[in-house]
Parts: sequence; structure tokens; C-alpha cells
Amino acid sequence: MSEPLLSARGLVKRYGRVTALDHADFDLYPGEILAVIGDNGAGKSSLIKALSGAVRPDEGEITLDGKPVQFASPLEARRAGIETVYQTLALSPALSIADNMFMGRELRRKGVLGDWLGLLDKPAMNKFARQKLSELGLMTIQNITQPVETLSGGQRQGVAVARAAAFGSRVIILDEPTAALGVKESRRVLDLIQDVRGRGIPIVLISHNMPHVFEVADRVHIHRLGRRLAVINPKEHSMSDAVAYMTGARMPEIAA
Amino acid sequence: MPPPFLTKEVRMPDTTDPAASPAADQVAQFEDHARGPVASLQHFLHRNPTMVPVIVLALSVLGFGLLAPNFFSAFNLSLIMQQVAVVGTLAAAQSLVILTAGIDLSVGAIMLLSSVIMGKLAVIYGVPVPLAILLGLGVGLAAGALNGFLVTRLKLPPFITTLGTWNIFLALNYFISDRQTIRSQTLDSDAPLLKLFGERFNLGGAVLTWGVVLMLVVFVVLWYALYQTAWGRRVYAVGDDPEAAKLAGIQTNRVLMSVYMVAGLICGLAAWSAIGRVGSVSPTSFLESNLESITAVVIGGISLFGGRGSIIGPLIGALIVGVFNSGLRLMGVDVLWQLFATGWLIIAAVAIDQWIRKVSA
Repeated sequence: MSEPLLSARGLVKRYGRVTALDHADFDLYPGEILAVIGDNGAGKSSLIKALSGAVRPDEGEITLDGKPVQFASPLEARRAGIETVYQTLALSPALSIADNMFMGRELRRKGVLGDWLGLLDKPAMNKFARQKLSELGLMTIQNITQPVETLSGGQRQGVAVARAAAFGSRVIILDEPTAALGVKESRRVLDLIQDVRGRGIPIVLISHNMPHVFEVADRVHIHRLGRRLAVINPKEHSMSDAVAYMTGARMPEIAA
Repeated sequence: MPPPFLTKEVRMPDTTDPAASPAADQVAQFEDHARGPVASLQHFLHRNPTMVPVIVLALSVLGFGLLAPNFFSAFNLSLIMQQVAVVGTLAAAQSLVILTAGIDLSVGAIMLLSSVIMGKLAVIYGVPVPLAILLGLGVGLAAGALNGFLVTRLKLPPFITTLGTWNIFLALNYFISDRQTIRSQTLDSDAPLLKLFGERFNLGGAVLTWGVVLMLVVFVVLWYALYQTAWGRRVYAVGDDPEAAKLAGIQTNRVLMSVYMVAGLICGLAAWSAIGRVGSVSPTSFLESNLESITAVVIGGISLFGGRGSIIGPLIGALIVGVFNSGLRLMGVDVLWQLFATGWLIIAAVAIDQWIRKVSA
């Protein structure tokens, strides 16, 4: 296997007396879907927050393309090409789909109007947003200027994933993307995830939903007691194996 | 022996097979439901939040036109514009803060402080008038920056912050002015530029002041900034859902800080306009302008919960209050009923806002 694209060694994060991350390791390889599973309180979200810049680990090292990186904020991780779709989606309901896709990185007109008067290039932004949504098969959303609050849960998830896919040049992290969705909408989002991977961008998928994890993941990272317990191949292990490892009922035979 | 239904082979629909659910590929489709007239109206207003105040303004102009003598004269209509110029300008500042889900109780006090600084420097200390005006505007900006600092750095709620600074700015206003009014004749001889926005000009039978023009220019500039620049989109995003905005990569504190500073600067402009309107520099004029500015914003359809409403709304809201006051006065109705009507307008505006927010997608 090639070198990992994003990796972490010995991450430690303490909150007072609680150790959320206890020398955790992490590896994401190019072009794969890596699922991260673990019981509640295992430290999944602390791990993801460390990778996406939302928290700073107390110890340990994160490398992107073999180079050490330190993210002081989600903005810095984004600039490095790591996009995160949060469970809350981080969309502004009253603003349009196009406004949301470009939130924080709006395009300005060329020339004096854009440089001096900050005039937005709305036609270009709308065109880009429409193009990105069509690429992911979401262009049945007819009006790119309609407010996000008029969309269904699945459509909103689609907009958030499209935003990440449009700008996430290196890694896309999805935090529980199907947790709030119905069966059909979950289906659509799983297809979206595979579409994005098909375009060559590796994905970190945090999920509680074992059928979803086993359907799309290439490898499954099992997190337990603040560290990586094992990485398993979903084709060689069953869901009940994974749950047993996750909860400590059994130990996996192969270590990471 | 297990119950019989457990021994039967139950075929569960395979939820992971897209062919099993025929609508699976259509979940991202925009569905247009047939709606009744009330729901259609609700949706229309949801997408066009400015239409409520526009309709109310049109109806009230028509109503008073029929009921009140001389209401429709160019003179009276332009008089209404002159009367709302100062509060309208303050309402523009207030709108910005309310769009971020805050409230600024200190706008009127910032305005008084600014105007007293302008007058005192120009008339008593002999500072060149343009410089005195610039310093007055600077004080407005600084006052807004203090509000912004307290809200973003000390994380105090805007209501409490500006309740505090309102008192502080008012006290400074009385201290600096010695509670003395700088009279109109003194301004005419020493600093006529301060009365610029009270100057009248004729426009096809209507008499307008430059203060009216200033108010309209402030609204046009804000409209541009809010709808055509990244800053404006971020103001809406921060007001709509600050957590989401932060995760989407917006530096929310910076946006809030800029909003309070711009609001302070606009209060400074309103101060200059107020000197022209009153004709003197008075530390006790426009004492109710804080609440009047909030009234205009609320009637104009900007939601107090932030992130929703058009910046043109408060201009129309200010005009609605002006039209009611003028119409009732021309009908010979006691002043107290103007207050009464304004009160019901506020309540109706907020009720409509709540109703529109309940729109089902």
C-alpha cells in the first residue's frame, strides 16, 4: 500500500481529568473510504476534531502528505484541503444554496468593482454551485437561489457534501452524515459518498450505522478507550465482530 | 414451540438496494405542493419579507388619503419624509445590529454624544467645522467599537451591553454639553455647515431636506453592502446561526465588531442630520429615538431573532410610523392615539413575523 495521505501518531487530548485521546494513531490512504467506529465516549469525535482543526491535541503529531501540520482552527484545516461536513451541517437556513456553498470564500468581480467595492460575482458563484450539484446528481434542486431551509434533510446533506466536495481538495470528513435521515435519503447520501470517492478524494466516515459502514467502507478504524484498537477489513469481518471489538467483548486477532 | 409467525420466513425489504425503493433517486427533487391561498400567501411573504411593510404603507397612505384633509398634498408627504429622516437614519444603524440577532439600545445616546461633540468643538473650541464633524463621526465609530468590544470579547449579551453604554454615553453627553443647548443663531454665525442637513430644496412641489437625502443614501449603501458584498452575506449568516457560520469558516467576532462600528458611524451621521433637523445642538433632543428606531426596524419586518428581513424594510417601517402620526394629526386626533396606533403596529408586525417563520417547506 502507498504512503498514508493523512496520518496521526500518539495524539493525546485531555479535558481536566478525562483523557479523550490516549496516544491515538490514525491513517488515511489515498482514494479510500475509511470508516471510524467506536462506542459513545470512545474518543471518535475528539479524534475527528483534532484532524479537522476544531481542537488542538496536547501531544502527538499529525502529518498531511508526510509533512507535519498543526491546525489552530477549522479555517486552517480547510486551507490545507481538509473539509469537514459536521453533523449539524453548518448551513445558514435563510441563505441561498449558492450563498451557503461559498460561505467564507465568496468570489468577487474582477477589476475595480470587485477590488474596491467588494462586488460579489453572483453569476459565477451560481454557475459553479449548479455545476457542483449536477456533478453529484443533485441538480433536481431547481433553483440555486432558493433558501436552504426550503430543502429536505437529504437535500441539505447533499448541499453540505457538495460544498465539501467542491473545495475539499485532499480529504473530506463526514460526521454521522446519515444519522438524521430516513432510509431513502440515507441511500442517496451513501451514493454521494461513493461518487465523491470515485473522483479520487479519500473520505473519513464517522458513523454509528453498521450496515452503512460495512456497505461503503474500504477499511474500518475501530476506536476504543481513546485509542485505535484495530483497523479491520469489512469483507473479512462481520458486523457482530466489529461490535464485539468496539465494546471490548472480544479482541481482534489482527492488529493495525 | 415459538409462535407461528416467527417460524414464517419474513422478507424484509432490502433497504440498501436502490431498486427496492422506486423514489430513491428522487429524494433530492424539488417538490411543488399544491397550496391553499393562505399558505401561498405565507410562502410568498416568506420569500419576500419586505412585502408586508410595503403593503401596510400603501394601505395606510391610501386610508389617510381618503380620511385626512390635505394628507395627499406634496407638502405634507414631503413633511413626513423630513420628520422621519433622523429616526430613519438611526433605524438603518439599528437594523444592522438586529440582523446579527443583537439589539442596540445606545443608538440614540451615541447620536446625542456625537452631535454635542461636533457642536462643542466647532462653536466653543473653535475647531474648523469640517474637522469637528469628522471628530464627531469618529466618536460615533469609537462608541460603536466599545459596544462591539464588549459583545465580542467579554461575551456580554448585546441588550445588557448597550443598556449600560446607553447610560454611559448619555452621562458623557450631559457632562460635555453642561446641559447647555447651542442655539441656532450661534450655529448660523459660527458653524453653518453643522446645519447642512436641515437645508431645504424644492423637488417638483415637494420640499425635501438634505437630511432626507442622507437617510436614503445610507439605506442604498447598506443595501449594496448587505446584498452585493461578502461582508453582507456574512452578517446574515452570523445572525441566522452563529455556530454554523463559525464552522463554515466565518470569523464571527470580526463580523460582529464591524457591524457595531458601522452602526456607531451611522449614528454619527444621524447626529449631523439631527442638528440640521432641530436647528440647534441640544443634549435633550430625540431622547425617545432609541425605541423609535427599534420600532421602525420591527415594523419593517426585520426579525429580532436575526438573519432575516430586508434592509429596505426599516425605511418603510419609519415611513409607516410617520404616515400614521401625520394622518392622525391631520384628522385632529389626540397625540395619545398616535402612540396607541404605533403600539398595535409593533405587535402586529411581530405576530406576522412569527407566522411567516412557521412556514412549512
